[in-house]
Amino acid sequence: MIDKQEKLIDKKGIRLDGRKADELRPLKLEVGVLPNADGSAYIEHGKNKILVGVFGPREMHPKHLSRPDRMVLRCRYHMAPFSVQERKSPAPSRREVELSKVIREALEPALFLEMYPRTGIDIFVEILQADGGTRCASITAAALALADSGIPMRDLVVACAAGKVDDTVVLDLYDAEDKLGVADVPVAYMPNLNAVTLLQMDGILTHAEFEKAVNMAIDGCKKIYALQKEALKTKYMHIKEETQEEVEE
Amino acid sequence: MPTFFEEKQLVTPGELLAEGDYQAGENTYSEGGKIFAARIGLVDCENKKVNVVALRAFYTPKPGDIVIGSVIEVGFNGWTVDIKAPYSALLRASDVLNRPFKPQNDELSQVLDTGDLIVAKIASYDRAHDPQLTVGEPGLGKITRGQIMRVTPTKIPRVIGRKGSMISMIKQETGCQIILGLNGVVLVTGKNLADEELAMAAIQKIEDESHTTGLTDRITQLLKEEKAKREENKN
Repeated sequence: MIDKQEKLIDKKGIRLDGRKADELRPLKLEVGVLPNADGSAYIEHGKNKILVGVFGPREMHPKHLSRPDRMVLRCRYHMAPFSVQERKSPAPSRREVELSKVIREALEPALFLEMYPRTGIDIFVEILQADGGTRCASITAAALALADSGIPMRDLVVACAAGKVDDTVVLDLYDAEDKLGVADVPVAYMPNLNAVTLLQMDGILTHAEFEKAVNMAIDGCKKIYALQKEALKTKYMHIKEETQEEVEE
Repeated sequence: MPTFFEEKQLVTPGELLAEGDYQAGENTYSEGGKIFAARIGLVDCENKKVNVVALRAFYTPKPGDIVIGSVIEVGFNGWTVDIKAPYSALLRASDVLNRPFKPQNDELSQVLDTGDLIVAKIASYDRAHDPQLTVGEPGLGKITRGQIMRVTPTKIPRVIGRKGSMISMIKQETGCQIILGLNGVVLVTGKNLADEELAMAAIQKIEDESHTTGLTDRITQLLKEEKAKREENKN
């Protein structure tokens, strides 16, 4: 039996990786990184590195999976064998199948599925390096890739987790906090429509703590949304600048 | 009745554009009296109708559109054609042959085979059925020569220009025949390779700079410069 776990948060309220309780990990977002895909995005969220490719809408194969009245969204979340310390078998695990479903359901409300019946969209999420909170980072990147592919969307989807570590509610848990902490609450959110599309909880929280965690996660989502929007616009920023020059002329 | 954008502002999906007495135009949607953007693009507003000119989009079939596609399958009584849209299109054998089709007399793969490119018009399309093509009009049918290139479908109107000014100018300057498929596929047929390449370079420039003004003048300039260069090389 191991000794009593060391504290994850010190007396000053600083976490093991040096962050404050309500601080996000550093984020880097990039759009349109895969020329072969219809839309793509890359995210670095702390030590997470995730690549997302989107194909479609296109005809469904196999055909029997297509729906006569709506478009079908398919999602594959996959972790590279080298994404974690111990080699991960490349075959889809129980966890990956679940996360594929969860990511798909978080993104579905943002799409106009009834617009293109009998077709399908494929989202491929590839985790190159994992460090806790990959489902949230995947959703954020997948929403960007969808927007990049030119598929009409109601809103972008952003996701961020909050949780409880030691006795404190904290934002954006990383691997160690996720594994040793008390609870983890991932939230996906559509900022303009003010709608939550994913809400999970792993662990035990009181009512008050849960509410605090959800609000904290939504605040985190809003911060990430600003970065997400900027990343999408950066690709076309020269266009905006040029049109502005014209107006000034 | 406020709006929340400047003319030609770059917007992302989900951004609030207007509230109240406005109509949702292209690439936007309305919910609860508010209008939001549905694609990344530049906003404009005309007669209380808010539009987003999409920077990224794919082709959606519309009856009457001229498209360029490639045959991907020869079937029992027609062909399946890839028109770079979410749906592949069907071309019926009787439409091409201009008479009733009899399997014992006609070998379809000798008329059009897989890989052949065709210019066609969309005869019908709705939610429940794949688009049907027709080639029964002058100018439509199998492509025998020329080069094809792809542009973003939303930028085709820019290549055409106001009342066709841009495209007729390129045609005149390069001496090429150009057919614009509304699905974003362009066919350029010229007397020689150099002419075709010049026309394609001009169209590529339009694709890259579609959002700027004074483009027609710049394209004219590009074509004139290139032609002058070629004259020099000859001498």
